[in-house]
Amino acid sequence: MIINHPLLGPRDAQEFTYLGDASLIDRPDWQAEDAQQQFYEYTYLRENPAGEHRELWFHEAGDRSWLVVTRNTLTHEISNVEMASDVARARGRSK
Amino acid sequence: MSYSGFRVIKEALRGHTGWKPAWRNPEPQSSYDYIVIGAGGHGLATAYYLAKEYGKKRIAVLEKGWLGGGNVGRNTTIIRSNYMLDGNEPFYEFSMKKWEGLEQELNYNAMVSQRGILNLIHSDPQRDAFVRRGNAMMLNGADAELLSVEQIRARYPFLNFNDARFPIKGGLAQHRGGTVRHDAVAWGYARAADRLGVDIIQNCEVTGFRIENGVCKGVETSRGYIGGNKIASCVAGSSSRLMSKAGMRLPIESTVLQAFVTEGLKPVLPGVITFGAGHFYCSQSDKGGLVFGGDPDGYNTYAQRGNLPTVEDVCESGMALIPAIGRARMLRMWGGVMDMSMDGSPIIDKTDIDGLYFNGGWCYGGFKATPASGMCYAHLLATDTPHEYAKAYRFDRFRRGYVIDEKGMGAQPNLH
Repeated sequence: MIINHPLLGPRDAQEFTYLGDASLIDRPDWQAEDAQQQFYEYTYLRENPAGEHRELWFHEAGDRSWLVVTRNTLTHEISNVEMASDVARARGRSK
Repeated sequence: MSYSGFRVIKEALRGHTGWKPAWRNPEPQSSYDYIVIGAGGHGLATAYYLAKEYGKKRIAVLEKGWLGGGNVGRNTTIIRSNYMLDGNEPFYEFSMKKWEGLEQELNYNAMVSQRGILNLIHSDPQRDAFVRRGNAMMLNGADAELLSVEQIRARYPFLNFNDARFPIKGGLAQHRGGTVRHDAVAWGYARAADRLGVDIIQNCEVTGFRIENGVCKGVETSRGYIGGNKIASCVAGSSSRLMSKAGMRLPIESTVLQAFVTEGLKPVLPGVITFGAGHFYCSQSDKGGLVFGGDPDGYNTYAQRGNLPTVEDVCESGMALIPAIGRARMLRMWGGVMDMSMDGSPIIDKTDIDGLYFNGGWCYGGFKATPASGMCYAHLLATDTPHEYAKAYRFDRFRRGYVIDEKGMGAQPNLH
């Protein structure tokens, strides 16, 4: 697979390590009433869809940035690559 | 029709005109007491033990393709019970004992070959860990033996003993481990279940569940609605896909694991060996091909094929352990989709929906578990209580913090 890095252009997927579903960006609020339930779901439960999947890849052998890659789990086709920091900021986070 | 040596001779004399199909191909009935989804090894074993051990009737196994066409036909055929943790080891040893009597019980030649499995040791800390695991195995009634380099050299003289980085310092052997003809396991269970009246319905894909007031009443399929009292999902690899139709999210990610086989060679590898410094395991099939595999590809996928970086990685590990393997040509490679669970251990449990049961999360260790998984799942379906050996395989272990994590990797499925 080739991942089209927003800053560095097309890079071999071998340079990256894979973490999992991009929902991991949205860490629950530890002070919420149901924080325990939220953290259980955040840590363990996954959509694991057959089809389009937004997921986190880390450019370990490159610029060490985190990317949000939208990839089809049936065909391995990558349709979108974003900087994870941009995705987080767009959701109102500071970084 | 029972199979026997006498039968083979009789048929040989009659020009093999008397063989009958090994199982029926029935039309689905409108309802069943038990519906098992997935005619793989585990699903067929579940149906067989439901009928045989628990005396249940009106059982169907639904399969979207042909029986045995998923991971039971795609694995590297290894059986072993060399686990360490309390939740796992008794279960896998139970499975090993079931393998030992399987062919007689099913009247089917599954080519169970207890040729032994050897986990190689490459460092002193690894020896400590393996000694500990061997002791845990023996405490649970399994066999384990720590082998010296000389003992290993006598059996496997061609290994790379003096590698500068990963010298072989010993090994943990389980002599009762070995290999089984994987397809024959599916076929043997299918035939035995069919003879007990189980309807195995192929080309019948489950497209949805009919759930009313929190009770599962039946399944929508490509061949119409089928009602059922107890619906049992058994589709490891596609568990998340199927259970999403019931609105469930699982502690599972799907990953592809590749396997490889070389051209046929003369007998060279008497048992199963695993590399302790990378991830590589290898055995020789009865046809002569070296069957081997390594790490899964490590990203979510439902494609039954992997990518080349993993091929390179597995072959590098193979070359590091058995330099001679470089002279063999790779004949075939293929991929199977794994349910990778959050702690690397399986789930056999009820769901929050009445009448809907779940068996999955086998990671890449499902094949060796086939008989025990079928037995424990049948027990759960028949009695609504977990089987003695599957008590730890509950959904709520994640919420409660009682994960069964053999490798201590944490909630990162692609590392298990």
